[in-house]
Amino acid sequence: MTNDAKLQNTVAKKSAPKKRKIASLDKRKARVGWIFVLPFLIGFVLIYLPIIFDSIKFSFFKIVIQQGGGFILEPVGFHNYLYALLEDPDFVQTLVTGMQELAFDIPAIIIFSLFMAVLLNQKMVGRAVFRAIFFIPVILATGLMETVEGQNILGTYMDSANGIDDGSGSSAANDIVSAVDIERLFANMKVGTELMETALTWINNIYDIVNRSGVQMLIFLSALQSISPAIYEACKIDGATAWETFWKITFPMISPMILVNGVYTIVDAFTTQSNSVMMFIKQVKNSGNGNEFSGGGDVISSAMSWMYFLIVIAVISLVALIFSSYVFYQRRD
Amino acid sequence: MNAQNTPNSPKVLKESKRRIKVDFERTDAKTRFKEKYISFFFLTKVVWFIFRLVLLVGISYVVLFPFFTKIASSFMSPEDFVDVTVRLIPKNWTLDIYKGILTETNYWKAFGNTLLLSTSCALIQTFVCATIGYGFAKYKFKGNGIIFLLVMLTMIIPHQTIELSMFMKFRYFDFFGIFQLLAGGGIDLPWFSVTTLADGTVTPYLTEINILKGVIDIVPDKWSKFWTAGGLNLCNTYVPLLVLSATGLAFKNGLYIFMLRQFFRGIPDSLEESAYIDGAGNFRTFIQIVLPMSVPMLITVFLFSFCWQWTDEFYTNMFFTTATSMTMPKLISVSEIPKSLKDPNFEGWNMVQAAIFNTMGLCIIAPLIVLYLFGQRYLVEGIERSGLTAE
Repeated sequence: MTNDAKLQNTVAKKSAPKKRKIASLDKRKARVGWIFVLPFLIGFVLIYLPIIFDSIKFSFFKIVIQQGGGFILEPVGFHNYLYALLEDPDFVQTLVTGMQELAFDIPAIIIFSLFMAVLLNQKMVGRAVFRAIFFIPVILATGLMETVEGQNILGTYMDSANGIDDGSGSSAANDIVSAVDIERLFANMKVGTELMETALTWINNIYDIVNRSGVQMLIFLSALQSISPAIYEACKIDGATAWETFWKITFPMISPMILVNGVYTIVDAFTTQSNSVMMFIKQVKNSGNGNEFSGGGDVISSAMSWMYFLIVIAVISLVALIFSSYVFYQRRD
Repeated sequence: MNAQNTPNSPKVLKESKRRIKVDFERTDAKTRFKEKYISFFFLTKVVWFIFRLVLLVGISYVVLFPFFTKIASSFMSPEDFVDVTVRLIPKNWTLDIYKGILTETNYWKAFGNTLLLSTSCALIQTFVCATIGYGFAKYKFKGNGIIFLLVMLTMIIPHQTIELSMFMKFRYFDFFGIFQLLAGGGIDLPWFSVTTLADGTVTPYLTEINILKGVIDIVPDKWSKFWTAGGLNLCNTYVPLLVLSATGLAFKNGLYIFMLRQFFRGIPDSLEESAYIDGAGNFRTFIQIVLPMSVPMLITVFLFSFCWQWTDEFYTNMFFTTATSMTMPKLISVSEIPKSLKDPNFEGWNMVQAAIFNTMGLCIIAPLIVLYLFGQRYLVEGIERSGLTAE
């Protein structure tokens, strides 16, 4: 109860210089602030920092696990990095294709989630039901279902059971639209199979995008809710159409959230386990052979993922830099 | 003034409504119909309504379709998988797959383990993230921004990057080499002494200090099995995940901290000031005033962390290596197929196997779906009230 005593002091000694007392309260509050974030700080310094340090260290070493339950590290310098970049036949290629995929996926996820959030924000019949359905992917978004699907590679059961095979051999049961249906649709239009395949990938991508935009939808929805209805009312009175209202009011007001969602989507897309680069790195890690000099896939995968991390950081800062110059912040008071 | 004359009193309201109705009915039905339904405004409204409905139903279908196929195939008997006429609705309904999974696999054991793990982790994470988020939201101290950046950094670093070293950290758990020193392993200066290890000879410093040897003999075998030369072996215990949760470093905790920080920012400062004037300290204010009023948001975070911990494979695969520490995501493996269903000679075995895996997936997420049905109201509500803004 020292706080109380001090407070009473402040009240009692009115003649004392007020400024110093306020500063000391601020200081005390600052100290309490440190205590509040202390769990994270302790964990970061004692656990996370050593882990990061070790991870960087491992990427410069060769690792040998001993029989007795210890491990030996042998320094190899930049060899793991050079191996990944120059000698590994697939790493650079995977990286490039991975980036291309993400360049398509990330804008698609953001636009889709914004659109759906606007739709789900409107008053309509069954809104609660639709919302409940749309947020199912959020709670199942950690890749469990992907594992289930991954186990299905043996049996493409629905399609092959019916003797239908589109020839690619990769048709899975949960392709939303089977190739055959699209083929029928396009058959009379006399368009090439290439166009058909593009359409097919796009449609089946929808499932992927819907599944990955749950959290973004939630964030956009909350941002939409926080816009004051008075602004919309004023717009309506001034005769603005819905289209104008969206671009002149909604869009600028939620532009900070677009930035946040952009960064979140990039992080999520880059680090999810179904990402092709992450899958490749995991595969390298599990293969465990690498080449005889660098000693196991563990350290090579470490080196690869650190390079990947640098790319992620670069992309995020680039996007954040570009977006943040267009973001509109409403000044409240 | 008489209360009945105020515009809001029920009698006046009823009266004016009636008058409007009478005015309205004076125009004939045809004109009314024309005014109401044959207009551009009404047309666009209808078109928009249909468009929206089609879109929402379509995407709901996209979301639910994988579940439909999985549920349908889970009720099929093996003959249905080779029957060409069966597509989505099974001909011979059977519960064999469910029976097999629930009785012959480690389902209930995994359920118990995962329930305990997820509940404890989620509770700790919710509380710790709330504390940290509150600290960021309400207290201005030097380094506030930098530490918040560090929180974001823990989210950005890909899992795979630190998987190996995180495993090593908890396989040979140690604070600055203290355990190693006490156990007689000496001091192993990072980056320097390792070079001497190249030929396999271990020459760390201060190996004479060997206090723990004596201690290990005293403590029961149950505890001493965790000691190894390099430090504590914490694998196959809940400790690593609990430690990560308690320090806000577990899966996606950066997101929770961010969400809670934005939420707490929306709480007016005057509330805390009045609590302070009434004599509550900072922590009492936090626990007795701020936490109770942020229950929807806390439930949201709890729901997230519970569900994501439940289906998490990354950490469970990393830290739980033996069969005794069975968790839910590990159920999906070839070794877990119930014996009564195993029939590799059956011509449609691949499909049956896929169906078994699918059903396992359904059994794993079934508790989550139940939880979601109860908690989804809070999910949207909590987020809505948070007024998340990126300022």
